[in-house]
Amino acid sequence: MEREKVRQMARDMLLARRFEERAGQAYSEGACGGFLHLYPGEEAVAVGVLHAAEPSDYVVSTYRDHVHALVKGMPPGRVMAELFGRRDGCDRGMGGSMHLFDRERRLMGGYAIVGETFPIAIGIAYGIALRKLAEAVICFFGDGATNQGTCHESLNMAALWRLPVLFVCENNRYQIGTEIHRHAAVTEIYKRACAYGMPGESADGMDVLAVHEVAERMLRAIRAGQGPQLLELNTYRFRGHSMADAGAYRPRAEVEAFKHLEPLRRVEHDLAAQTERLRGTHAALDDATLERLRDDVERIVEEAVAFARASPPPTLADAWDVFHAGRQQEVLVRAERAHA
Amino acid sequence: MPETLAYWQALNQALDAEMAADETVFVLGEDVGLYGGTYRVTEGLAARYGEWRVRDTPISENSFTGLGVGAAMIGMRPVVEITTVNFSLLALDAIVNMAAKIPFMSGGQFSMPLVIRMPGGVAKGLAAQHSQRLEHTLMNVPGLRIAVPATPQDAYWQLRQAIASDECIVLLEHELLYGATGDVDLHAEPPPLHQAAVRRSGTDLTIVAYSRMAQLALDAAAILGAEGLDAELIDLRSLRPIDWELCVESVRKTRRLLIVEEDCRFAGAGAEIAATLTERCFDVLVAAPLRLGGLDMPTPFNEALEAACIPQVADIVAAARRLCRPRGCT
Repeated sequence: MEREKVRQMARDMLLARRFEERAGQAYSEGACGGFLHLYPGEEAVAVGVLHAAEPSDYVVSTYRDHVHALVKGMPPGRVMAELFGRRDGCDRGMGGSMHLFDRERRLMGGYAIVGETFPIAIGIAYGIALRKLAEAVICFFGDGATNQGTCHESLNMAALWRLPVLFVCENNRYQIGTEIHRHAAVTEIYKRACAYGMPGESADGMDVLAVHEVAERMLRAIRAGQGPQLLELNTYRFRGHSMADAGAYRPRAEVEAFKHLEPLRRVEHDLAAQTERLRGTHAALDDATLERLRDDVERIVEEAVAFARASPPPTLADAWDVFHAGRQQEVLVRAERAHA
Repeated sequence: MPETLAYWQALNQALDAEMAADETVFVLGEDVGLYGGTYRVTEGLAARYGEWRVRDTPISENSFTGLGVGAAMIGMRPVVEITTVNFSLLALDAIVNMAAKIPFMSGGQFSMPLVIRMPGGVAKGLAAQHSQRLEHTLMNVPGLRIAVPATPQDAYWQLRQAIASDECIVLLEHELLYGATGDVDLHAEPPPLHQAAVRRSGTDLTIVAYSRMAQLALDAAAILGAEGLDAELIDLRSLRPIDWELCVESVRKTRRLLIVEEDCRFAGAGAEIAATLTERCFDVLVAAPLRLGGLDMPTPFNEALEAACIPQVADIVAAARRLCRPRGCT
């Protein structure tokens, strides 16, 4: 792996963490409301998978979507402004934290009804397959979503028609407050793939290089027309489900144990060694580089907050404007009748 | 030159015309391919366009409707057939939470060129789970458009327009209308998709109806005409949006309003129509608007009870007479 690529992945890991911490702070200060589902602990999943993606690959995300958007390339200011509900947010303040869309970058939305990412993903993939394009869809979902009917329905159709989808389970072991052994009869999610004759693998979701390696291999096969695959990434969220959740249902010992797997520490310390192991020749990310990255990220996030703060709130007229964009029927009925 | 086509044939020709003209159009649903569609609407299309454009799906309503949503987001024009409106309850997440909201939630970045066709209504002895009319459920969802063709000509026009539209349009087809025949001009310029039609002009009362009830109301109006009661019949053709201007114009002329719907009357389409037209025409109305609708119960299987459950021609005639009685008479 190229040193520059490793550096960019490290940078995105740091950005992801800092952005979310800052968003949480803004929420506590009352700058943004609603739900706010933060990503700390799971960074290696988004960064590892999305750095293996081509710009032409589509991403379908969940309500925990800020980091997917950032790594897919959405400007942090646009994300933060949307969290703040402002006019310069990616959705003009109409979608909010759980529904980040970026048509240009093929971020096909965050979905807040658990299990919705499956049908959206197979629909995009159906269009790709019909047009015979070498593109893939990355479908994120959590462990809780695997018990929705859409998971079974959509994986079946994806396999039946060999649709180009990488199903990525961000298995953080909890559907809000219910631990996976209490919500799933089979807790190894990757095993479910075999019910559809689909390749399924599990990997360490706290290790960004391990994630990247397997995702890259799977995506290459998927783009080559070999059909869908399922990747389970075992991870952990260090915070509650959302800002409204203190996470009291998790044993302190468990949280502490998982914090030893801190993916950022592995970026900062292990990444260098792993890079060495992978290629043997590349220089490690030295302390000075990491310090520079931290400074860059701090500045980027503060600029994002400033951008969000400076953006005006949308008006009701903006909302009607968005609602009627491409929806001319009522107007049409009136206008045509006036002319008749 | 108009030709005589059955309602299902008109829909079939509309699909064929749009699929021939635009490669992004594809249809999917249960038994739409090799079987040719439960009501023959997709007959012959699989042979002509192949399985990728006429896709038989597993019985997975929520996911194959959602598949249509995802495909529409990248510029395809999917036409989803949900075998009956009753099964759409399994797909409400895809319809209500996804299709209706994505264009808005994305700040207008995505359009939703998706058509969802659903046969429905009370047919013949299909019992409660297969005899629903769910327009009231869908009417209350901002972001959806609902077309309700009552004639083969409208079926042809409205399906073609729905496919060409960049919005999510639900086409509610009536199961008892598939065999009905009528003149269809394949080349005439259609009226706007959501424009209502005056099926009969009159001066004594306005009857507002849609789908199969518009046909029954037309028969009723003929009977009333023979009695000297001159009814104006408006076929709404669309339930969202509703062409209020035409309705207001008519009610202001006749000063009496009868609404006929097959759906259960409670909190149904008729309630919205009555409320809005009362607000807009209260000053000229000489009687309270009258709503004729389905009984507030699940549809019974027994043939006689099933018929008693929804408005019939005689019920419409009786209601119109009652509405037009001089004040003070009982």
